[in-house]
Amino acid sequence: MRSARTLAAAVLLLLPACDIASAEPKQGGILRMYHRDSPGSASIHEGATYSVNVPFMPVFNNLVIFKQDVAQNSVDSIVPDLAESWAWSPDNKKLTFKLKQGVKWHDGKPFTSADVKCTFDMLMGKSQQKFRQNPRKSWYDQVSDVTVNGDYEASFNLKRPQPALLSLLASGYTPVYPCHVSPGEMRTHPIGTGPFKFVEFKANESIKLTKNPDYFKKGLPHLDGIEFTIITNRSTAILGFVSGKFDMTFPTEVSIPLLKEVKAQAPNAICVVEPINVSTNIIVNSSSPPFDNADIRRALALALDRKAFIQIMFEGQADIGGTMLPAPGGLWAMPKEMLESIPGYGPNVNASREEARKLMQKAGYGPDKRLAVKVSTRNIPIYRDPAVILIDQLKSIYIDGELDVVDTAQWFPKVARKDYSLGLNLTGNAVDDPDQSFYENYSCGSERNYTNYCNKEIEKLFDQQSAETDKEKRKKLVWEIDKKLQEDVARPIIFHGRTGTCWQPYVKGVTVMVNSSYNGYRYEDVWMDK
Amino acid sequence: MFAYIVRRLALMLVTLIGISIIIFVLLRVVPGNIVDILFDAAGFVDPSDKANLEKELGLNLPIYQQYLNWIGGLLHGDLGYSYVSEKPALQEILPRIPITARLAGLALLFSASIGIPLGVLSAVHQGSRLDYALRVVSLSGLSLPSFWLGLLILMASVSLFGSMPIYNPNPKTWTEAIAIYAVPAMAVGFRSAALTMRITRSSMLEILRQDYIRTARAKGASESSVNYHHALKNAILPVITVIGIEAAFLIGGLIVTETVFNIPGVARFLVEALRWRDYPIVQNLVMLIAVVVVVANFTVDMLYAAIDPRIRYTD
Repeated sequence: MRSARTLAAAVLLLLPACDIASAEPKQGGILRMYHRDSPGSASIHEGATYSVNVPFMPVFNNLVIFKQDVAQNSVDSIVPDLAESWAWSPDNKKLTFKLKQGVKWHDGKPFTSADVKCTFDMLMGKSQQKFRQNPRKSWYDQVSDVTVNGDYEASFNLKRPQPALLSLLASGYTPVYPCHVSPGEMRTHPIGTGPFKFVEFKANESIKLTKNPDYFKKGLPHLDGIEFTIITNRSTAILGFVSGKFDMTFPTEVSIPLLKEVKAQAPNAICVVEPINVSTNIIVNSSSPPFDNADIRRALALALDRKAFIQIMFEGQADIGGTMLPAPGGLWAMPKEMLESIPGYGPNVNASREEARKLMQKAGYGPDKRLAVKVSTRNIPIYRDPAVILIDQLKSIYIDGELDVVDTAQWFPKVARKDYSLGLNLTGNAVDDPDQSFYENYSCGSERNYTNYCNKEIEKLFDQQSAETDKEKRKKLVWEIDKKLQEDVARPIIFHGRTGTCWQPYVKGVTVMVNSSYNGYRYEDVWMDK
Repeated sequence: MFAYIVRRLALMLVTLIGISIIIFVLLRVVPGNIVDILFDAAGFVDPSDKANLEKELGLNLPIYQQYLNWIGGLLHGDLGYSYVSEKPALQEILPRIPITARLAGLALLFSASIGIPLGVLSAVHQGSRLDYALRVVSLSGLSLPSFWLGLLILMASVSLFGSMPIYNPNPKTWTEAIAIYAVPAMAVGFRSAALTMRITRSSMLEILRQDYIRTARAKGASESSVNYHHALKNAILPVITVIGIEAAFLIGGLIVTETVFNIPGVARFLVEALRWRDYPIVQNLVMLIAVVVVVANFTVDMLYAAIDPRIRYTD
């Protein structure tokens, strides 16, 4: 009897899975989504926000790509895209791709290895044609050149082994561009090889893509097209989704409080909440007083009650970690016991704050002599809200913060010229890989190293982990680096946020990535059951 | 009269030149330009790339040179190129004008067609329950921000009808075609209607106490003839002034209404262009708005003379 019940329960549990597995994707339909803002251009290589990736990633292909139905991006989930296969040389200094044949650009011209060379030469700043801006040029610092062997083979020759290169190439930020189309044209009318062709981009209005009938992956895409309606007002956009005007929300754009509204008004909607690999952190200008004093910086890190931030802003749905995205979403996160051994990360906030107060007193501050600082941040809620909580928490260690909200156009110039004392910042990572994060944010002289943190010893460890081909050894090195960065108060990480994505129940084949919000928008597998 | 019109036109030209200088300078005084926005958001900045882009966009030229280039272009019908879309500014602005014009026209029509009759009613029935009710309505119109009212309307539409009247370039039914303009027009015009109503009411109350109204009544004129033929005709001048001013101020309300109802009009486009520091779009749009305001004022002045025979503009 018991076994019969168990069997029945197992059958019931399996039923939905069988339903999904047996469901044959239906062809046709236009996927309607809203877009949160009007992207500056249609050129992914010139963009620095996923506002560009989401609508334009379906237009392109990469050499390799993170498998679109696997939520966690990792080397193991990388699959060929325009490449047929790839191989590392024995010394790990050459990565060779065999390319697919018969692939055509949307304008009918054939795709060849020359396009691969053109794209990466342009990214490395080696070609005549230039991008207006090239935000990810440093990703290819270790690539000495790209060479071709015939029309269907391209090799990346490296200065030293860099296993992370494959992950960087698999990002939604790394499509292959056609040689015969100028960067200017790619900004306004992108030509790709991807499952969807660009139709039109009306600024502040809409972006339209249509099915590429000649797509080289037979049977794909399932949809006839994708239409993005640009709606900058979040309330209007959510109401649009709830009323059925849209099949899907803009990915990872539904905040936790809004998610409750959606679920209340559209109970059938499917919603997921996932990490986005964006950390909210404190930037401290250590080159000028008062934060040139290491004790005050340490006190600052000890004063943080991370759980309070998460409770207030995310109703508990966010993660505590170091520089690298915490597990289970993140691949490189320190083990829990290692993280909790870092000052300020322990469970006893009061004890940490007591220690912080002693450090402040040592630096000459106390209840009668409080330290007044400006807490600078961007004038948008996801920056402003945690800054206000931070100011409140700093009161407990004799620091009186004053909120200094900065217009978006001025925020990056301000922090880049170190014209701040204490700031609250958000740092997004396109690829869950230490190479992308460490060099960009902590390397001496990096443009985005806003805190001026510079530690030559750590720098050596950056290179060591970057060249390490043994995954487990590399992971241990990364933990060591991350721990050291937190202990040095290089850029105290407060939390890693999570956000929601919702779609109507008839939309199938959507996978929301759990360790990046830049790589999962090819939409070739998405279909609609209606 | 002719000389007056010529003088007014000359003054309009001077005003527009002044506005063009002010907006041009103000835009460049505001910290950050499009190059800053593009590059700094991206992080890794090569100063030479930044300088190249500034040169490409002409932002490295002295400010007076940039101004002269713009005005020179304007005189030749060349409004320049949008920095963001890289399309001609005229091509970006032109399709948006009819959308906003339709919305603004409907809002003004709503404002006048609701505000004036209700204002008259309120004045004629001064102190009655109807008067108090209408005054409450007008006060709420003045107090409710249009974005909030817009959101309320959208929420109510979703909750009651399961749909929402946001912009659709290809409406499927005629009701949808009407709703996508009429509903936002009501949201933005409600404030103007309330103001028009209050002005009409106070102006009517003043006129209704005049001797000639009493005389008209004594001569046996009907109430409606007294109210609409004798009183309203004389009470309408301040109302027209207010509607003229409201037409100018409407753009402020339209910015939020176009955002809430997702209407791709001029007002919302202006805000986006400002966010990107898209100078060619911003300065041309502001000039367009300035022209509308100046022409609206001029039209109101001309209407005075048409409506009130006592007013004559002398040379």
